[in-house]
Amino acid sequence: MNRVIRLLPVVSLSAVALCLGLTGCGNGTSSTSSGDPNTIKIVSSLPRTGSAKGQTDTIVNGIKMAFDEVGYQVGDFKIVYEDLDDATAAQGAWTAEREAANADQAVKDADTMIYIGPYNSGAAKVSIPILNKAGILMISPAVTWPGMTKPGKGDPGEPGIYQPSGTPNFTRVVPADDIQAAFGAKWAKKLGVTKVVVLDDNETYGKGIATLFKENCRELGIKVIGGQQSIDPLQPNFRNLMAQIAGGEKPDLIYFGGTSQSKAPTIAKDILAAGLRDVKFMVPDGCFELTFIQQAGAETFKTLPTYVTFGGDPPDRATGKTKEFAEKYLAKYGKQPEGYAIYGYEAGKVAIEAIKKAGQKDRAAILAAAFGIEDFDGATGKWSFDKNGDTTARSMTGNTIENGAFKYAIQLSDLETE
Amino acid sequence: MGVPLFAEAANIYTQSLVNGLTAGSLIALIALGYTMVYGIVELINFAHGDVFMLGTFFAFTVLAALGITGAATATASGGAIVLGIALMLLLTPLFCAGLNLGIDRLVYKPLRRAPKLAPLVSAIGVSFCLMNLGMFWNGIMPEDGKKVPSASGRNFPALLTTPVVRDRMVDAGLCDEVGNVLEGSLAKSVLGDSGGLRFTVKDLLVILVTVPLMLALTMFVKFSSVGKAMRATAQNPTAAQLMGINVDRVIGLTFLLGGALAGFGSVVAALTLYTTIDYQLGFQQGLYAFTAAVLGGIGNIPGAVLGALVIGFVQSFGSVLVGEKWTSAMVFVILIVMLVFRPTGLLGSRTREKV
Repeated sequence: MNRVIRLLPVVSLSAVALCLGLTGCGNGTSSTSSGDPNTIKIVSSLPRTGSAKGQTDTIVNGIKMAFDEVGYQVGDFKIVYEDLDDATAAQGAWTAEREAANADQAVKDADTMIYIGPYNSGAAKVSIPILNKAGILMISPAVTWPGMTKPGKGDPGEPGIYQPSGTPNFTRVVPADDIQAAFGAKWAKKLGVTKVVVLDDNETYGKGIATLFKENCRELGIKVIGGQQSIDPLQPNFRNLMAQIAGGEKPDLIYFGGTSQSKAPTIAKDILAAGLRDVKFMVPDGCFELTFIQQAGAETFKTLPTYVTFGGDPPDRATGKTKEFAEKYLAKYGKQPEGYAIYGYEAGKVAIEAIKKAGQKDRAAILAAAFGIEDFDGATGKWSFDKNGDTTARSMTGNTIENGAFKYAIQLSDLETE
Repeated sequence: MGVPLFAEAANIYTQSLVNGLTAGSLIALIALGYTMVYGIVELINFAHGDVFMLGTFFAFTVLAALGITGAATATASGGAIVLGIALMLLLTPLFCAGLNLGIDRLVYKPLRRAPKLAPLVSAIGVSFCLMNLGMFWNGIMPEDGKKVPSASGRNFPALLTTPVVRDRMVDAGLCDEVGNVLEGSLAKSVLGDSGGLRFTVKDLLVILVTVPLMLALTMFVKFSSVGKAMRATAQNPTAAQLMGINVDRVIGLTFLLGGALAGFGSVVAALTLYTTIDYQLGFQQGLYAFTAAVLGGIGNIPGAVLGALVIGFVQSFGSVLVGEKWTSAMVFVILIVMLVFRPTGLLGSRTREKV
C-alpha cells in the first residue's frame, strides 16, 4: 500500500503529461460531418507553426481570397474552409504524425471533398496514399518533388506507390523540381561556375532537388566536388563540414537543397564563418521567403552572393493576372504576399473550378473534374493539368538578395534561348 | 570510409583537432553543470541544456537593448561592441545561475525526498517549459523592426567579425582578413607558415574563456571550504548535515555554479561557434553534454571535461571520415556502448567519489 502511495505522484504526473500531450495534438480533430448535402468542406494542411508560418500565412490568405471572391458559394454549394496545421511546436516543422492525422480527418469527414496541401514533399509522401484510397482531390500549392506525379522522374516505383486506388488524386499548381533543378544548374553555368559543392538536408524535398541539381551540373560539365553531403538539421552548427570545404578544393558555388526550416540560414552564415570568400551560394524555392533572410541576417548576403530559384514570377515583377493578384492581395491584407501566396490562391481557384465542373457533392466526380481542367485562366497564366496532375505552367525565376529583400535576376526563357 | 570525403583537404586532421577541441570545451561547460548536480543530489537535470539555450536568448536581448543586433551590427562602433561583450559575459551567467537556482527551489526541492523518478520526470517537464519559453522569447524580439516567427532560427550578431573589429585586429597583427590568428602578422613572425590551418579569433576566445573557468572550478571544489562542504554533501548528505553543513545552501550553490557555467558557455558559443540560435539548441547540446558527463563518469568533474573533449573529437573527425549526418548518431552510439560496458564512465569509480 505504502508503495502505491509513493508511486502516486509519479503516476499522476505522467497522466497529466499524457493528457496535455493528447489535447495538444488533438486540436482540430473533433469536427464531424454536418450532413448538409449543400455544404462542401475544403481543408488545407500546411505547417502553421514554426518558421514556415510566415510563408503559409500568405498561402492561407491566398486560399481565403479565392473563396472570398465567390462569397464561399459555388453553384448550390456552400464552401466551408478549415485551415489545418501539420507542424508541431516541439518540432518547429511538419511531422508525419500530424500530416497523417489531418489526412485521416479529411477521409472520415464525409463533407470534405478537397484537400489543399501539403507544403513539404516529405509530408505529401505520408498523406497522398491515405487520401488516394478515399479518392479525395489534393491540390498542393508547394510540393515540388517530381516523384509525386511524374513516373521515372523520382525514385523507382514513384508515383505508383502513392496510389493504392490505381488512379492519381494528387495535383499541384506549382512547377516540379526537375524543372527547377535544371534551371538552377543552367543559371550556375551562366554565372561562370565550374566547381560546385552540393549539400542537402536529408529530407525528401531537399535531398531530391540537390540530387537533381548535381546530375544537371554533371551534364553541363560543372565539376561536383566530394559527391553530395547530407547534413543533420538538428545540429546547431556546421563548422566541421565547412572546415572541410574551406580546406579542400575551392568551389565556385555551394548548393544547399533545403528550406529555411532545415538550417539553410545557418549554413549561409557558417560559410562565411569558415572564412570562405568569393564563393556563391544557391538555394531552391524552399528558402524563397522573408524568414530565410531574417534568420541569416541581411548583412550576411552582402558578403555572400546568394541565388534563390523559384517556380513562378515574384510578386513584385508580375504582369497580367499575376500582377492583378498581387495588387488585390496588397489591398486586402495590407502587405506584400510571399512567393507562394499566389499558389495558395491558384489552389483555391482550382478547387472552385473543380466543384463547378463536377456540379455535385461527390469525391470521385470532383476528382475527375479537376484532372480534366484545361486551358484554365488562372493567376499563374493559362495552363492545364496533364494526366499526372502537374500544371503545364512552367515559369521559373532566379532571384538574388539585396538590402534584405529578394530581387528578380533572371527567368527560364533567358536561359533556354541560349 | 576512412578517407576524407573532400579528399584534397589540406591539414584536415589537424584542423579537426582544433575544431574538436573548441567544440568540446564548450560542451564541457554544460557537462560540468550536469555532473555537479548529479554528484550532489543524484538528479539528471535534463533542463540544464535549455538553461544554456535561454542564456543565448538573454545574451541576444542584452545586445538588442544596446541596439547592436540585425543590420546595426555591421556599423556598431568598437566601444559598443566591447561594452556588449562585457555586459553579456557579466549578466548572462548571473541570469542563468538565477534561473537554475529558481528551477531547483521551485521544482526539485519539494521533490527532494520523493522517489528518484519524480524529479527526473519533472526535469523533462521543465525542459519543455523552457523550450517553449525560448520560442516565445524569440517571437517577441523583432529583427530590424520586423516581427519574426517564434519557432525560427535567430541571427546572432557576429560581433567578432564586424568590419571595425576585424580592421583593428588586422592592424594589430592579431589575425588576417577572415579572422585566422595563424595568418596574422604577429603569429607569422613567430610560427612561420600555418600551412592553411585555421585557428581563428573565435577559437582563441573559446579557449581563453573555458580553460580558466574549468581550472577555477576545479580549484574551488578542491581547495575552498565551500568546496569541501560540497564534496562532503556529495559523499553523504546526512553526515554532512550532522557536521553542521547547511546542505540546502550547498545544493543551491551547486545549481548556481552550474547555471553560471552554462551562462558563460552560452555567450561564448553564440559569439563563436553558433552563427544562429534557436529554441531547440539546448536540447541537442544538452544531450551531448549529458553524454559527455556519462562518458567521463557522471559526478566526476575532470571526467566531464574529458568526456566533452572526446565528443568534440568524435564530431569533428566523424564529420571528416564518415559524414556530417552521422555525427550525432556516432556520439549516441558511444553513450550506449559506454552504458553497457562501463556504466561508471572513463574516470568514474565505484567508490562514489562525487563532485
